[in-house]
Amino acid sequence: MSAWLGWLAAIGLAVGLVVGFGVAPREATQGTVQRIMYLHVPAVWVAYVAFTVGLGASIVFLARRRPGADRLAHAACEVGTVFLGVNIATGAIWGKPTWGTWWTWDARLTSVAVVFVMFLAYLLLRGAIEDRERGARYAAVLAIVAALNIPLVHFSVYWWRTLHQPPSLLKAGSSTMPAVIVAALLVNFVALGLLGAYFVARRTRLLAAEEEEALA
Amino acid sequence: MAWKDLLVERRSKETLNALLFFSLALLFVFQFTLGPDRERLASVLPGLLWLGFILSGVLGLGRAFLVEHENDCWEALLLAPGDKSAIYLGKLLGSLALMLVVEALVLALFVVFFNVDLGPSVPSLALVIALGTVGIAAVGTLFAAMTAQVRARELLFPVLLLPVLVPVLLGTVKATEALLLREALSSVGHWLTLLIAADLVYLAVGVLTFDVILEG
Repeated sequence: MSAWLGWLAAIGLAVGLVVGFGVAPREATQGTVQRIMYLHVPAVWVAYVAFTVGLGASIVFLARRRPGADRLAHAACEVGTVFLGVNIATGAIWGKPTWGTWWTWDARLTSVAVVFVMFLAYLLLRGAIEDRERGARYAAVLAIVAALNIPLVHFSVYWWRTLHQPPSLLKAGSSTMPAVIVAALLVNFVALGLLGAYFVARRTRLLAAEEEEALA
Repeated sequence: MAWKDLLVERRSKETLNALLFFSLALLFVFQFTLGPDRERLASVLPGLLWLGFILSGVLGLGRAFLVEHENDCWEALLLAPGDKSAIYLGKLLGSLALMLVVEALVLALFVVFFNVDLGPSVPSLALVIALGTVGIAAVGTLFAAMTAQVRARELLFPVLLLPVLVPVLLGTVKATEALLLREALSSVGHWLTLLIAADLVYLAVGVLTFDVILEG
């Protein structure tokens, strides 16, 4: 199962590269640097999907106490954090030539950074508790708090300041982007989604193996 | 529970005294690091005020479950009959009362030392402070219980707490800023909505998940 996911993700990434660099045209105002968007935008979407999975799995774990749900929550939050890190890093690389700065305290940058730090804290808590069962319970509570906090972070930071261009894909009315760029973005979204799912599947199995070894 | 904690605190005055002294020391640090320039101080005053509140809050909340920990009453907490959420609410009320006392005194110190004219904005400022403090104490009590039994608790507690509190801090600082500039309470309505939403989310998660934390 996870091997299939891996191959699909690899094919998807290859197609995504070809579409992103070969098929999609060079953007008129931003130039080639715009192509980083094909990694940047899907990465944040995959991260947020992963955090949603983490929230669901944490709730299921607290309700049913299945160790599998805990492993899924752990893996999903970890993979989500990695993808969010990719999003922040690629955003900085894109921001330097486009905005002239690696980082600004703009609304969306800030809220993504806050979410990133919240889930880093989640991983820290995971590492700090030796007792597995207790760690799982505490981490589930923290994941629920962090995930429910995401909308609050977004609203507060949005009201605090805003400068970022409006979201590229989801906009009321029709998109301003040419169809070919949207298509390239969607291909890469599917590819990164598959990659994220593959990582989560592998990480879940690795966690299960670690637990077995700890018991043995 | 709240009654017991307040009684212990009144008898010993241990935490309260230490927190007040800490706030006073913090005030000096602010003054020395920022220099005597009154105008510059005035522009950052709301931030400083909440920095003082949050730092003393973190110290106070971090100790919330230490009484039980140090006196070997943790097992008694776990075995306590009835709904565990009652323990949460009791601890929350105890911490809340302590924090509000400290905050009132810190505010008075700010008025004296930084020449702040609160004027007619006192009731609305009190409302903002109360809403913000409920949010801080609601998450803080939950996380304090989580970290009470963990290695490196003094370090882990603020690491978990501070990123989660970003929305509350943004809301309170912005609202305080507007109120100190003599704006009407209605002009910060959106921040009040955000604070109330945050308080409700944190309280709900705290009440619902606290028995999970007290399982062992």
